[in-house]
Amino acid sequence: MSKQHFNELHLKGVSRAFGKSVALSNLSLTIGNGEFVALLGPSGCGKSTALNCLAGLLPLTAGSIYLDGRRIDTLPPERRDFGMVFQNYALFPHLTVRQNIGFGLKIKKTPKPEIERRVNAAIDLVQLSLHADKHPNQLSGGQQQRVAIARAIVIEPQVVLMDEPLSNLDAKLRHEMRSEIKRLHRELGLTTVYVTHDQEEALSLADRLVVLHDGKVQQIGTPEDVYMNPINSFVADFMGYRNLISMELLAGGSANKYSLTSSGIELTASGIFSGATVGKVLVAIRPEDLLIEKSSKNNIACTVKTIEYQGKDFAVEVSTEQGFVIYVRTPIRLEIGEKTNLTVRPERVMVYPESNN
Amino acid sequence: MSAIDASKSSLNLKSWLAEHGIDRLLFLVIPAFLAMLTFFIYPTIYGTYLSFHPMDKSGALGNYRSFFGDPYMRDSIWNTFRIALPVSVINVFAAIPLAVRLRHRVRGKRTINTLLVIPMSLGTVLIAEGLSAYLAPNGWLNRTLLATGIISQPLQLLHNFWGVMISLLITGFPFAFLLTLSYISGINPKMEEAASTLGATPWQRFRYITFPLLTPGLAITFCLNFVLAFSVFPSANLLGNPAGDSHVLAVAAAQAISSKYDYSMASAISVITGVLELAVVAIVLIMRSRLYSGSTSGGKG
Amino acid sequence: MTIQDTTEVSNSVSRKIFVKSPFGWVIWASVAFFFINLLGVIGTVVVSSFGTEWFDGWLPSGWTMKFYTTAWHDYQVPNLLRVTLQVALAVVLISILVGTPAAYVLARRDFPGKKLLMLSFLLPIMLPPITYGIPLATFIYRLNLGGTLTGVIVANTVPAIPFVILVLSPFIEQIDPKIEAAARMCGATTRQIFIKILTPLIIPGLLAAALLVLVQTVALFELTYLVSGPGSNTLVVALYYAVFASGIRPYQAISAMAVFYMLTTLFILIVALRYVNPTQMVSQARSVDTK
Repeated sequence: MSKQHFNELHLKGVSRAFGKSVALSNLSLTIGNGEFVALLGPSGCGKSTALNCLAGLLPLTAGSIYLDGRRIDTLPPERRDFGMVFQNYALFPHLTVRQNIGFGLKIKKTPKPEIERRVNAAIDLVQLSLHADKHPNQLSGGQQQRVAIARAIVIEPQVVLMDEPLSNLDAKLRHEMRSEIKRLHRELGLTTVYVTHDQEEALSLADRLVVLHDGKVQQIGTPEDVYMNPINSFVADFMGYRNLISMELLAGGSANKYSLTSSGIELTASGIFSGATVGKVLVAIRPEDLLIEKSSKNNIACTVKTIEYQGKDFAVEVSTEQGFVIYVRTPIRLEIGEKTNLTVRPERVMVYPESNN
Repeated sequence: MSAIDASKSSLNLKSWLAEHGIDRLLFLVIPAFLAMLTFFIYPTIYGTYLSFHPMDKSGALGNYRSFFGDPYMRDSIWNTFRIALPVSVINVFAAIPLAVRLRHRVRGKRTINTLLVIPMSLGTVLIAEGLSAYLAPNGWLNRTLLATGIISQPLQLLHNFWGVMISLLITGFPFAFLLTLSYISGINPKMEEAASTLGATPWQRFRYITFPLLTPGLAITFCLNFVLAFSVFPSANLLGNPAGDSHVLAVAAAQAISSKYDYSMASAISVITGVLELAVVAIVLIMRSRLYSGSTSGGKG
Repeated sequence: MTIQDTTEVSNSVSRKIFVKSPFGWVIWASVAFFFINLLGVIGTVVVSSFGTEWFDGWLPSGWTMKFYTTAWHDYQVPNLLRVTLQVALAVVLISILVGTPAAYVLARRDFPGKKLLMLSFLLPIMLPPITYGIPLATFIYRLNLGGTLTGVIVANTVPAIPFVILVLSPFIEQIDPKIEAAARMCGATTRQIFIKILTPLIIPGLLAAALLVLVQTVALFELTYLVSGPGSNTLVVALYYAVFASGIRPYQAISAMAVFYMLTTLFILIVALRYVNPTQMVSQARSVDTK
């Protein structure tokens, strides 16, 4: 079904301002054919702006977009040959499922038999054959979502843009549709740019993540890279490093061994991120990386304060002697008030400059 | 025993009523309903009754017989339609392009809207008074047209069909525009964006998306404009030729009262006017209900 | 963020197109043509009211204010203004008092016969005023209210009540009923909910409805024309008679009279537009759709 014939989509310094407020500044990114890229960030970070700029629904205030060296940011959306899945689906309420999906082909004056063949194939692909002649308001949220996806891919676009397509679905359906999108991407190999605020969704779907904050790119990398080595404290916080501790980096640290101290906690980290210097730093540790055990280094003595049972493990809140609260996830059953010890491997201690946030 | 039964059944009745939305809150609607009953429904029924009791005791259908038997009276129906239908159609179709242009926030939109409200609020009487001088052979319009050489003879725009038509365009267009604008603003702008990502040009987006979604609203706009134009009275009397081609139904009814004090005949003409007007509205609304008439916001959420 | 984006998208895109495309220019030109003619219509009235004589020529041969004095006295403008305001204010007051509770019930409750009830409120809007005005006038004369101020007020209330209901119902509908439930959970009685919760929330709607009824009543001609008599004519009806019987008084005086009417209407309109949007002028018509 795919007829893609480009090698790379190149965004060069793409910026967008609304009056004085800058929604997106200087986004540069090269997307390869068939790649699945997720734009990730909290609401207001500029990810939807970026997608709208890419779609042509929003003119750029600066920068340019190239498709294999051909400049496309000056083209109106209807001439970019991109498909888009909207957040609220934006299905045409006066058209049936079949007509909705066939709309783009009809506009392109595709011959009738071909429209029929391709629409039927798309309907089969998203498993909607039973609902092909219904109107959108007769469909459930998940079915509407499938129509929206089919409508965007049936025109065999160069790139598919998805704007938080799963945010209106309930948890179970969201998981289902996530695998569905994954499957479609695998089967069709469509280049996809996917906007979401849900890090789990982004991690599971994308080949590459672009983390945005305040309109600026924070980090671009593979899911593993972003998850394991967030480049700054904002990305760390966003990726679930719940324990953000102000500490002091002691002088004399060398590769693999940096000493940190703060009100009774002594830690060793195996690396530091650029910008972190001797003196005040911010340390980020994921609750999953803390282990309940006594060890010779990176030992934190503490008391259990609250325990939340969460199915496969427990979310535990402990406090140190100095009253510092730390979040831990552990499969070990603890008692409230119990005295225990935590430890963390030096390579899982992230050290960022203090003033980053 | 029976007392318990009684209280039980009254409880059941109460809960049954509550289930169907009937409770004390409904009392709040009574004053408005009584007002309508006394001053709208009853007079209408009374007027209909009166129309079947002619002053000249010519039998139940006497008024209707003399109305339809008299070509001068009968023609008032044609005169009314001849003005009301084209005016409503023109107003609605002229409103569409402007509403499409002004559907989003555009500089000067509020100013245009505000200025358009003025002729609507001034009303037909004042517009008629102004037009009677503006359209006169020596009025500003004819002067301008003569001075620029567009015409060599002044246009006769008063005391005929055109004067009435123009006055209804001036008062009706703003109404049609504002109503169309409010309908078009109700269409989710994401629809057009979606169409554009599917390759639709601005004209195709209007043709296949906006216009079909707007049609139900246009039907209502047409109906309400038609209602205004159908009861054309001050402009027909002041700008038209109320004895000739502007002898519309409203003029005929008013004349029955003012010249003959024949309330019975006037009521009969009112009934005819109402029935014809509602018939047109009903036809348009039936056609509308055959169209798609769901939500224009599109999809869930 | 997404919502903000949407409006901004539309905003910037359309702003661009409006000026650039030839289609945009055609529309601008048509709008300008409409307004030039409108200005001509209104300008003719104003200029003629200040003219000594205006038979042939672009402008009157001389200027004077004397016809304003003539019109003021001959048409008893002070009296007309008083009647017009009395009628308008009474109609606003009655229609708000009667219409608001009904609007609330229609917005919140579903009950058997609701559609029929809605129809009785819709018909006065869907029917030309002269159609029901004639039977109504006959009825009002039979009640011996013909030609009285009360009669005029009653006649004008008939379209005003449905107007208020149709403007307010959608307004009340969009107030989340959970707010009332929350107040009830906090121990508020029905009366307290109405006074302390709903009234403050619907005040903008009430204001809009009141101003819209005011504008409408001042301009509504047919119903007043059918029931009023000497002493209970409103400005617009007096203007109609003045124009209809032109020849009795100098046309400049009629124009001056028209200017008085225009000033009154525009004054009310300017006040109204401070609180309501121009598109709200047709909001009652828009809600006809809800049936």
